[in-house]
Amino acid sequence: MAMALRKFGKDGISIWRRGFSTTAGLESSSSKDATPVNLFTAINQALHIALDSDPRSYVFGEDVSFGGVFRCTTGLAERFGRQRVFNTPLCEQGIAGFAIGLAALGNRAIAEIQFADYIFPAFDQLVNEAAKFRYRSGNEFNCGGLTIRSPYGAVGHGGHYHSQSPEAFFCHVPGLKVVIPRSPYQAKGLLLASIRDPNPVVFFEPKWLYRLAVEEVPDADYMLPLSQAEVIREGKDITLVGWGAQLSILEQACEDAEKEGISCELIDLRTLIPWDKETVEASVSKTGRLLVSHEAPVTGGFGAEISASIIERCFLRLEAPVARVCGLDTPFPLVYEPFYMPTKNKILDAIKSTVNY
Amino acid sequence: MAAFSAVKIPPPQFTTVRSSSQRPGSSPAHFAHSPSAFNSISFGSAKSVRSRPLFAVSSDVVSSDKTKPASSSASNPAVTREVALELYEDMVLGRAFEDMCAQMYYRGKMFGFVHLYNGQEAVSTGFIKLLNQSDKVVSTYRDHVHALSKGVPSREVMAELFGKATGCCRGQGGSMHMFSAAHNVLGGFAFIGEGIPVATGAAFSAKYHHEVLKQSKPEGLDVTLAFFGDGTCNNGQFFECLNMAQLWKLPIIFVVENNLWAIGMSHLRATSDPEIWKKGPAFGMPGVHVDGMDVLKVREVAQEAIARARRGEGPTLVECETYRFRGHSLADPDELRKPDEKAHYAARDPIIALKKYIIEHGLASESELKSIDKKIDDVVEDAVEFADSSPLPPRTQLLENVFADPKGFGIGPDGKYRCEDPLFTQGTAQV
Repeated sequence: MAMALRKFGKDGISIWRRGFSTTAGLESSSSKDATPVNLFTAINQALHIALDSDPRSYVFGEDVSFGGVFRCTTGLAERFGRQRVFNTPLCEQGIAGFAIGLAALGNRAIAEIQFADYIFPAFDQLVNEAAKFRYRSGNEFNCGGLTIRSPYGAVGHGGHYHSQSPEAFFCHVPGLKVVIPRSPYQAKGLLLASIRDPNPVVFFEPKWLYRLAVEEVPDADYMLPLSQAEVIREGKDITLVGWGAQLSILEQACEDAEKEGISCELIDLRTLIPWDKETVEASVSKTGRLLVSHEAPVTGGFGAEISASIIERCFLRLEAPVARVCGLDTPFPLVYEPFYMPTKNKILDAIKSTVNY
Repeated sequence: MAAFSAVKIPPPQFTTVRSSSQRPGSSPAHFAHSPSAFNSISFGSAKSVRSRPLFAVSSDVVSSDKTKPASSSASNPAVTREVALELYEDMVLGRAFEDMCAQMYYRGKMFGFVHLYNGQEAVSTGFIKLLNQSDKVVSTYRDHVHALSKGVPSREVMAELFGKATGCCRGQGGSMHMFSAAHNVLGGFAFIGEGIPVATGAAFSAKYHHEVLKQSKPEGLDVTLAFFGDGTCNNGQFFECLNMAQLWKLPIIFVVENNLWAIGMSHLRATSDPEIWKKGPAFGMPGVHVDGMDVLKVREVAQEAIARARRGEGPTLVECETYRFRGHSLADPDELRKPDEKAHYAARDPIIALKKYIIEHGLASESELKSIDKKIDDVVEDAVEFADSSPLPPRTQLLENVFADPKGFGIGPDGKYRCEDPLFTQGTAQV
């Protein structure tokens, strides 16, 4: 696997098919105490800070003590000890339930599910226990200290079980929050905010960007607000909404559309539930058109929820139907990944047909 | 705590233990086991006289005698010449195939997550070569060699790895999902533990066919083998299936390939009681521990376990102590395992051990074995050429087989495949 870190500069051409998405600089702090790091290092920094700032926080999961298969947990076991950073046996259901128990007694449990594809045994615990703990105990107990971190998304060669995007399943569960960062700077801030949020959070990390995305990230402790979307790029013809690694594809499509005279506004949702309807609504009120893109299959994906909500709110303003450019309704394929994925060209086609409706 | 403690432990003491509730000639409701050479069954009852300490590590005493199974002597080989050569050829095929996979991977012909089986060949060969065509094999992501041992042609497996249309799953599954209806290989599971319940269901089906539908075979019930690793033995599905299999006396054998490591997690540090074979008796089935680097020992245990299952006496849990010579997958740098542990097991290479055994017992000459090596090399080369020259699957295959009826999905209202629609093909990336 290539270890090269590539910077996405304005004049640089990304050799990889996917780069990553930078912030518009609206929330970045001064770059005096910031270093360029990649995604897994940013997450690692966030975990170091989280464990440092709260003595009752724990990181556990499969293979985390040597650093994890994606190196997100390097150095934690050495620094904080094996009582706080430890490996679990291979039992996702056990890991999730165990994390809920820890959280219920006031600890911060940061559990790692090694790949989002493996989260399904834990799904029962998360949906039936974590999401309902506070509700059904009448606030006697809560598992707000629970954060589940998991790498998700396509990686080019992952196949059926190392590429899935299960965020939509969790978005259907009241009581859980789902957060997805798009870049190292966002990841560190959002992860710290998720860990400290008094609600259980499922934090999906785009695995394609672990080494590929490089950005200036402040060394200090900082948090980014949850349930707030961010407008990355301003435009006036169409609003594009996405999250995670898909934003880099959307950004490339925006650049191409710009050359054809279409001005696109790009929004990163950041938190999928509860999602920031106001920002998206304001943008669609301005542009009159909406396109949502995600890697997960189109039917029942989170784009459907966004589409339905925006149509409810902006019906008279809409100039064209809401377009969804998403994965196909098949299991995530092995050889056919390029055909399955919502690629830049597919998005460009959809932008043009929406604008010319 | 050291990941691997090379503790000197005394050789294991096993005795044949009969459960006190057993009646001779009884119905399958009780343990009726043959008093024969199954002297490595251990029941967890109070009568067991085991004196082994807690670590499931092979001692040097056992390993030095690795080529001689318990029931043979120096001049009386345990297997015939034909069987020995069959075992040798199968193990060499497994090794040569996996080595070729590594080469092809680094040349970019193969992609994705590939998990190689080097070092564990004795388990696959020892068990699967005793099966009939209608017996079933369920495996994990480390499944190339299980498929090969079961009889899937190397051409088909290699083509599947290359993602070609001539692969055993038409290129849909890849390395981790080898399926073959003709050879009764039920996969290939990327997710650990997922195959075990599937194998349990297959075993139930075999028993149902035999007992209820009366589709009996002269040799007995069709047996299902479920292969999985040490990490899986801490997973809930494993225990659920041990319970179900014993409850319904299913013809299944749970084969644990204990190679001491689950990616980077040492088995000894992840498991409260590392001796996995003990989990069998806890559910009421025999639990056996065998040296998985010795194909003849594995075969001996397998023979008895398969015979038990065929007679309808129920499941067995077999823990094979083995080792993988390469990393977890081809992307794994394998930095965590200590060199002396690797050297310890490399010295017990099952192929070299069998070769030594064959030559010492005069079952075949060195040149005959070399000609088998050469023949296997040719087979693997041919498989690569076949896979190389095979066509990629057509794009229409992407939407096929999501459901049973292709017209119910994947085909647009105009009756054409959706991917033949120009709007679909316009937006696709280059491959």
